[in-house]
Amino acid sequence: MAPGKRTDLTHDRTSETMNFEEHAAKPLLRAAGIAIPRGHPARSADAARSAAAELGGPVVVKAQAPTGKRGKAGGIRTADDAAAAGRAAEAILGMDIAGHRVESVLVEERAAIAAEYYAAVLNDAVSKGPLVMFSPEGGMDVEEVAASMPDRLRRAPVDIARGFDLESARAMLDGLDLGAGEAPASEASAAETAAAETAVAGALVALYRAYRDNDAELLEVNPLARLADGRLVALDCKFTLDDSGIGRREALAEKGSPERLTGLEARGKALGLKYIELDGDVGVLANGAGLTMTTMDVVTHHGGRPANFLEIGGEAYTKAKPALELVLDNPRVRCLVVNFCGAFARTDVMTGGVLDAWEALAPSIPIFFSVHGTGSAEARVMLRERLGVTPCETMDEAIAAAVAAAAGAAAREAGAARDTGREAGRETEGAAGREAGAAAGREAGGETDGAADRESDTARETDRGVGGAS
Amino acid sequence: MIVRGVQRVLVQGITGRQGTFWTERMQEYGTRIVAGVNPKKAGTEHCGVPVYASAREAMRETGFDVSVLFIPPLGVKAAALDAIEAGCPRLVVLTEHVPVQDVMEVLAAARANGAAVAGPNTAGLVTPGECFVGFMPAFESGIFRPGSVGVVSRSGSLGTLICLNLVQAGFGESAFIGIGGDPIIGTTTRDAVRSLDADERTEAVVIVGEIGGQMEEDAAEYMRDMRKPAVAFIAGGASPPGKKMGHAGAIVMGDKGTYASKRKALEAAGAEVLDTPSDVGRALGAALGDPSPS
Repeated sequence: MAPGKRTDLTHDRTSETMNFEEHAAKPLLRAAGIAIPRGHPARSADAARSAAAELGGPVVVKAQAPTGKRGKAGGIRTADDAAAAGRAAEAILGMDIAGHRVESVLVEERAAIAAEYYAAVLNDAVSKGPLVMFSPEGGMDVEEVAASMPDRLRRAPVDIARGFDLESARAMLDGLDLGAGEAPASEASAAETAAAETAVAGALVALYRAYRDNDAELLEVNPLARLADGRLVALDCKFTLDDSGIGRREALAEKGSPERLTGLEARGKALGLKYIELDGDVGVLANGAGLTMTTMDVVTHHGGRPANFLEIGGEAYTKAKPALELVLDNPRVRCLVVNFCGAFARTDVMTGGVLDAWEALAPSIPIFFSVHGTGSAEARVMLRERLGVTPCETMDEAIAAAVAAAAGAAAREAGAARDTGREAGRETEGAAGREAGAAAGREAGGETDGAADRESDTARETDRGVGGAS
Repeated sequence: MIVRGVQRVLVQGITGRQGTFWTERMQEYGTRIVAGVNPKKAGTEHCGVPVYASAREAMRETGFDVSVLFIPPLGVKAAALDAIEAGCPRLVVLTEHVPVQDVMEVLAAARANGAAVAGPNTAGLVTPGECFVGFMPAFESGIFRPGSVGVVSRSGSLGTLICLNLVQAGFGESAFIGIGGDPIIGTTTRDAVRSLDADERTEAVVIVGEIGGQMEEDAAEYMRDMRKPAVAFIAGGASPPGKKMGHAGAIVMGDKGTYASKRKALEAAGAEVLDTPSDVGRALGAALGDPSPS
């Protein structure tokens, strides 16, 4: 995150994946000219009953969650009348589907289906352009089609400067049997086949238009159903908005379902920081996405487990204090490694921010520094003068020392638990951890100017004062 | 894409805070900045060079070989298309969060006009001792020193750390090519490796990759027949799947883009894959058959 990259951003935000629930995605198709079933969202069994009564006839009741696998989870049920629709909604509402609690259903009219197709447009990194995909084998996972019937999945890379027209669509459908699905191919007359091809080609062009008009990363219709009367209807729709497009699609983005975040992650997001909570105990603070990921990797390489991803490079260094608060408010964190390698980001400025925050918060866990690159000479002086610490010579030394400190703290906690007769079952684990911690501590000793030992002592005395950091 | 000191550089967005700051750094280092662009300040001078209304005008008036863009995300498409239409052969796009469909349009236009694009979301390119384009700390002598190792990196911060470790181990760089952390970029790992393979000053290649996408696997395919030795570090082995790790391109979906897949492909191509960046000096020494470089 270089300063120059954000200078003129009107709003600061972090990367995320913006998926849309079916009821929010389908209107994009209708706007582009692809028919969707008549339907109403409902947040209660009563509302689902009314919706079904208004639609009349058989309906389908569908869990709304920004994830696939709804059908397999039992989140999609058919109902022949309003009472049945109410019962279906009752069963679905409150379900947990892939971690999403279902809070609403979509009640849609149901019609006789002659064939189910798959259609999608997505950003393709290989061709560096849009990719249109189509298969007459709809209604199943496209990955399954790709694996078991690769010749039934067509892919058409699009020259974005030229666009995707009816001719392109017809070329991609050439030779495909569109009568597949529930009706055997032999029964489809030549006229029906030609009509189906024209309808599908039109739908693909419309889908491409919707993809372009909405900064889609992925726009997928599965199934795209051909009804008995020949009409095409999109029975489902998956839409992922390019998060870099949110800046010019704000009204649209409001209808999306942002990535699920933990409480700490949400706090990070509100601060404009990309914070990802992990399950380890070594807190990580670094500049730049690549270096932060690498810090996590090297923690793992040395036998430790990172507690978080958090980068504070670029202009985010001004957020050192809230960033540090985020890291420390994770109750699993037993120590912290700060890994800066300054390029455009100045390590003296970032280190100054961390030191201000550290002094204000006065946490009592050990902290280890590796500081290199732009401004590192000044940063080293600051660390010595304000914290009495010399940064480690290499990133590996800092990380090995942090891993050792975390293991040592874990061992002491287990030991304390054992002494008081609680958690007797963790005895073995504690002993092993203590041994590993002691060994790693010896290895790293001296490199940190004794800081590791001193800080560890502090940690012991205050019985892990992490809670005091908030 | 490799930039060398003889090339003339245009700065689009030269008058902004970052444009000004980095133009001055580039000039101090020796980069031949010949002009800038800002439609509102056309006809003035900034950082000692003329400011034009467009890249097309700059091309007519002074000519240039490389354009570097200090432009906000939603302005990148128009600025890049301006440079491409002007006949600019090399573009360096630093901006992060450019809408992907805009990037696709820029890359399509670049292909049609024979222009190469580094980025978006790159920290830039460096030829130590000669020039740099972007915002890399080329002027830090502990990080960049003339030498014979070519470095390709998706990340600016991690690329910097690798270069630091290289120099600490006694090596120097023939070229640093920042390709950018976005999922869709102009110059790929494979393109950058190919240009280093063809570069006379480069004797060995270091690939600094990341989880996500297929670029490292694709580069590995090329490297099977490459004579120059290569070592690699791939960031993100410890990252959870399905999460974007700061860079939009760094996300693992299913079994695609995984650390294991990249490591396997690079090792099959004969490159040592490092467990930690600190190992780069030792690995290069071994690869070059010289354990103690001077």
